[in-house]
Amino acid sequence: MIKEWSGLEVDQELKLVTPPIEKLQLVKYAGASGDFNMIHTDEETAKKVGLPGIIAHGMISMGVLGDFAQKLAGHQGFVSRLQVKFTGMVQLHESLTCRAKVVKKDEEARQVDLQISAEVAPGKYATKGEATIQY
Amino acid sequence: MTVIDRTVIGSKSETLEFEVEKGAIRAFAHALGSDNPIYFDEDYAKQQGYASLVAPPTFPSTFRVPKPGINVELSRTLHGAQEFIYERPIVAGDTLRCTNYLADIFEKEGKSGTMTFFILETRGEDLSGNLVYRSKTTIIYR
Repeated sequence: MIKEWSGLEVDQELKLVTPPIEKLQLVKYAGASGDFNMIHTDEETAKKVGLPGIIAHGMISMGVLGDFAQKLAGHQGFVSRLQVKFTGMVQLHESLTCRAKVVKKDEEARQVDLQISAEVAPGKYATKGEATIQY
Repeated sequence: MTVIDRTVIGSKSETLEFEVEKGAIRAFAHALGSDNPIYFDEDYAKQQGYASLVAPPTFPSTFRVPKPGINVELSRTLHGAQEFIYERPIVAGDTLRCTNYLADIFEKEGKSGTMTFFILETRGEDLSGNLVYRSKTTIIYR
């Protein structure tokens, strides 16, 4: 999976599928991040505000995409920019299919631009955005 | 129903100082399901040229800085968008001074009525005043 500078080419498409998101991960993420909005851990709270049930923190899907981009970057590069829109909910037991497409490789700036997304089902996007890797 | 108070645009939070700890990086990376050794194994991170463990790209979301001008019920808010821009990677041992600014407020009509958008910007600097990262957060109140 690790690509480094030499292994990343324009139009290359990469994919990663996460294990299903379960309540334990949401509780761990709440603790590790300090985001205690209870729509992410308590069904009653989620339903009270009109949600179908517990939904994952949007920042988990962004975090997973950031981790994916950093993994692709290898250890000589780092993710210098990460930008996403949260376009859909991630519910309990759903997996994220993460995709990254290399859209630009700038030899002079030593930067690689990726288009990134996370889907819970084909065409059903939770998160969409861009990442830049700086070497 | 909320009434938009645009006079709060430009308001600034207090500046808070955060020490980036190895345990916090490991717990955060673990909660994301990551297995990248640069987040877990300090010797490995050092071999790659980093001063210590590297923070995952979304780690600044753990820096809980007050959100100036946003006084709405948390459970009715959704996170619409997020961006992080780094001058350099954050590593364990860093101390960052972070400040939030309310950059904009506007309304949009959604399926379930009017939604209020809050655009919040964060600056994180090191103790010498060098910019380390910026972030931009869109919070939607529905």
